[in-house]
Amino acid sequence: MSETLISVEDLSLSFANHQVLADLTFAVHRGEFLGVIGENGVGKTTLIRVILNQLKPSAGRIKLENGLKIGYVPQFRNVDVEYPLSIEDFISLNFTGIKLPWLSRKEKQKIQTVINQVNLEHISKRPLGLASGGEKQKAYLAQALINDPDLLILDESTASLDPNTKRELLDVVKRLNQTLGLTIIFVSHDMQVIHEYPDHFLWLTKNGYTAGPISELHNDSKEGEYV
Amino acid sequence: MFSFEFMQNAYLAGTLIAIVSGIMGVFVVARNMPFMTHTLSEIGFAGAAFGIFVGWTPLNGMLAFTTVSSILVGELSGAVESRRESVISAISGLFIGLGILFLSLSNKNASYATNILFGSVIGISRQEVVQMASLSVLVLIVLFFIFRNLKDDSFDAVGAKTNHIHSALISIVFLVLLAFSVSVAAQIVGSLLIFVLLTLPAASSKYFAHTVIQMMLLAIGFAIFGVWLGLYLGYITNWPVTFFIASIEAAIYGLALIYNSITNKSR
Repeated sequence: MSETLISVEDLSLSFANHQVLADLTFAVHRGEFLGVIGENGVGKTTLIRVILNQLKPSAGRIKLENGLKIGYVPQFRNVDVEYPLSIEDFISLNFTGIKLPWLSRKEKQKIQTVINQVNLEHISKRPLGLASGGEKQKAYLAQALINDPDLLILDESTASLDPNTKRELLDVVKRLNQTLGLTIIFVSHDMQVIHEYPDHFLWLTKNGYTAGPISELHNDSKEGEYV
Repeated sequence: MFSFEFMQNAYLAGTLIAIVSGIMGVFVVARNMPFMTHTLSEIGFAGAAFGIFVGWTPLNGMLAFTTVSSILVGELSGAVESRRESVISAISGLFIGLGILFLSLSNKNASYATNILFGSVIGISRQEVVQMASLSVLVLIVLFFIFRNLKDDSFDAVGAKTNHIHSALISIVFLVLLAFSVSVAAQIVGSLLIFVLLTLPAASSKYFAHTVIQMMLLAIGFAIFGVWLGLYLGYITNWPVTFFIASIEAAIYGLALIYNSITNKSR
């Protein structure tokens, strides 16, 4: 059995008197590609915020591996058509801390590496505001990769993309998972891609949840997506 | 022209202010704060008038008012968008009113008000240049240390939330730096025209440059060009320097927009 990065036991969370997550138990192991599915409002993003330590559970426990580095790609971003930074400079934003204003040679090399990993070499100097939806998602992905995370969390990254672009992005994610052994948590309400890419699933519903290897994901749920 | 000490002072102060404004402006634009900056500047008008009333220099009065209020005003940034504009209107109105009151109580003539509102770069003393230079250097030093985190928080507020960079602290430090910058820049272009240096050069730069550092360099360039040429034209025509600087910066911004629409069409 490979190393456990996240273990969740009997986790519950409620806002005021509204219960969002109830008695959730699951684990994420190193190298896994976990698909988190469920309709809007069942608590997918809430669960992610618990993992990111932005919300405290009302009951139960969540344990992250010591020193676990998480790269997170949030669902919404305020990048409009006038957004001026090039894809390269946008990616460099994640090099934070008290350091010299300009980038070191090592940092510049790392930026090139992640740009190559997401196949954006040809437009890396172009303003992010002028990039297409799929290119933007790849840039967000690259930015999340810059500090060498152990775990990458993608929150509905494919929601606004057309089928081809969706596949292109997920192919990149799958390759990172397979070649670098990067652990992935991919949140989506798109049943079809969940069947295709992840190796494990966690299906949240209004009344509970199911989890397991992707082969156990119920087959009649394969019909399209539900919103 | 440079044989006159007042012109030397004007060029020295103007150059420093252009540098600080160009750099700060890039963050003002990225954080969508031009109107917040303008409000700080109007609060600064009340401060300068208060300074005259109690016998301080206008710059010191301005610094006191803008610094204190920058921390209070920071709370506003969390307010609902639709309410924020109205709250800003109320604050602007209140402080301009207070400024008029202080001026009237201090029995000074109307030219004092004009100087504070529209700038008075020609009247700057060597001692004031030294104070402005110290403030500018202080702003630049702090910026140097918080640069990476401020850049992340300003250009990717959503992503920055997961980076543990203390957004709230960064915002307050930035507002205090903005208060200093506004007070210094108002000495040149006046508190009513703070946009001219703290917004326009940076807003123009983003159509030509695509990294934060390039945008800063270009904004500094635009600001320095406007200040130098404005001072020169003011010197030879005797027309207000502020008029020239405002026109030059507005013209650069107009050209930037035209350039942007042409390149977008051909893309």
